[in-house]
Amino acid sequence: MHALTVICTYVRLGMLNVLQYRGDFIFQIVGILIGLVTSLLTIGIVFNQTDSLNGWTTDDLIALVGIQILMRGVISMVIRPSMQQLMEGVRLGTFDFTLTKPADAQLLASVSQFNAAAVADIVIGLGVLVVSLARLGATVGFADAILFVVLLFAGTVMVYSFLLMLSTCSFWFVKLSNILVIFGTMFENAGRWPITIYPGWFRVTLTFLIPVAVAITVPAQSLTGRLDWQTTMLALGLTALFAVGSRWFWKFGLTHYTGASA
Amino acid sequence: MATSAPENRSTFDDLSPRSLLGYYAAKFRAEFALQLAYRGAMLIWLFGLIIQPLVSLVVWTTVADSNGGEAGGFTTGEYAAYFVVLMVVNHLTFVWHMWEFGWRIQTGFFSPMLMRPIHPVHNDVVENLSFKAMGLIGIVPAAIILAVVFNADFGETSFGNAAAFVPALLLAMALRFILEWTLALAAFWMTKVSAMNDFYTFLSFFLSGMIAPLALLPEPARIVANILPFRWTVSFPVEVLLGQVGSGTIIVGFGVQLLWIAMAVLILRRLWAVAASRYSAVGA
Repeated sequence: MHALTVICTYVRLGMLNVLQYRGDFIFQIVGILIGLVTSLLTIGIVFNQTDSLNGWTTDDLIALVGIQILMRGVISMVIRPSMQQLMEGVRLGTFDFTLTKPADAQLLASVSQFNAAAVADIVIGLGVLVVSLARLGATVGFADAILFVVLLFAGTVMVYSFLLMLSTCSFWFVKLSNILVIFGTMFENAGRWPITIYPGWFRVTLTFLIPVAVAITVPAQSLTGRLDWQTTMLALGLTALFAVGSRWFWKFGLTHYTGASA
Repeated sequence: MATSAPENRSTFDDLSPRSLLGYYAAKFRAEFALQLAYRGAMLIWLFGLIIQPLVSLVVWTTVADSNGGEAGGFTTGEYAAYFVVLMVVNHLTFVWHMWEFGWRIQTGFFSPMLMRPIHPVHNDVVENLSFKAMGLIGIVPAAIILAVVFNADFGETSFGNAAAFVPALLLAMALRFILEWTLALAAFWMTKVSAMNDFYTFLSFFLSGMIAPLALLPEPARIVANILPFRWTVSFPVEVLLGQVGSGTIIVGFGVQLLWIAMAVLILRRLWAVAASRYSAVGA
């Protein structure tokens, strides 16, 4: 219950922030739409030359783009800004205050920032997804829908765990915030296409090192009927492993945290 | 042209070539030391400059492969060569000031730059060139590895192509820098330039050949790419090196590049005089 109150407070502060900077919000929407048009035109140019990209059709890829935008919204709503704040806090020493608060430090650090403007990504991403599904004429059954939501959730947990591990590293290495840029680059560029088209070494990187695969490709595979149960189990197992591992690493990191000013 | 600018504001012509040369020599030394100190940040920028062409390379070689080794007039190896060279050219013409000027103005970072008796563009030229020179340490090995891994085909490249590539590249570097530095001045009028920058990046992705070789774009888009400066900032040097354009087109291309540079310089000089006299930093 206490945890819920903490989260609600941060959400309310985030909403007030958007209302305060309405102009920024509009520009952000313009940026998202331009990115969407870039993706769609690129798909158009590619499919001018071919009927299928490694077995994926135009509408499959549009669904993937929808999921990418949706996931970007989910990640940049709380996880990404909070982790950025955490790294900054460790560098400046303000993380000390987080530790003194009477709630779980991981929870506090993980929800400290709420970027309500990310709702725009979520709405636009869902819109693209619905349109592409309608064009595919796909009949998404109840079980498929459940699986899709579960996989989206798994993808979110995976990305969260990955970023938490990175942030925990900042207890030892102070200047790591730039690493978030690498994650963003991978997510925006490589995440726009199904990872099955990439050569093996790149696919491994995108699955285990910078987990874009589980977050975008796997949910897209489930919606377009490309997912076998082995991949599903692998994705869920990997997510569980990342979640447990990051929690353990966080606790281990905390025992080594000395504070910037101490 | 200095009529509207107050006396202490720098124009382009205040310094003799001799003292300018001294400035550049000292500034380059300082800038190299700075880039060396912040090599972590440099690596992350390079990462982005490698990943983006790499993704396009993978997509297009996949398309060609699934079509039996050829699509849209390019073979798999030719796509690989195109995007490998594009990666190098894009790095060497890369300019980031459109994304920095808003920050410079809001934080007052511009104030000391404008007070100095030398035009701020010189500072940015040095910054830009030393970033590119240092970056080659990462970009060139990456290009060679990718060319080998993806079997890039340089079969059409002749000695003449390689020779013509050098001026095409240098002109492209000059053009893209002057053009984007001029566009960056928009931040003197607008507090938020991100939407404009997003739109410019969107256009340049398609029209400068970053997403796909221009030959694959629909006819109207190709015409626009020819008229606007985009093709001449990135795609043209790549086409020249890979032997995709004839010698007549190469000569015309040099002319178009020079014409755009001359136009951009004229606009820059006019705009700068107005921009600098409008400047007011937050808190100033």
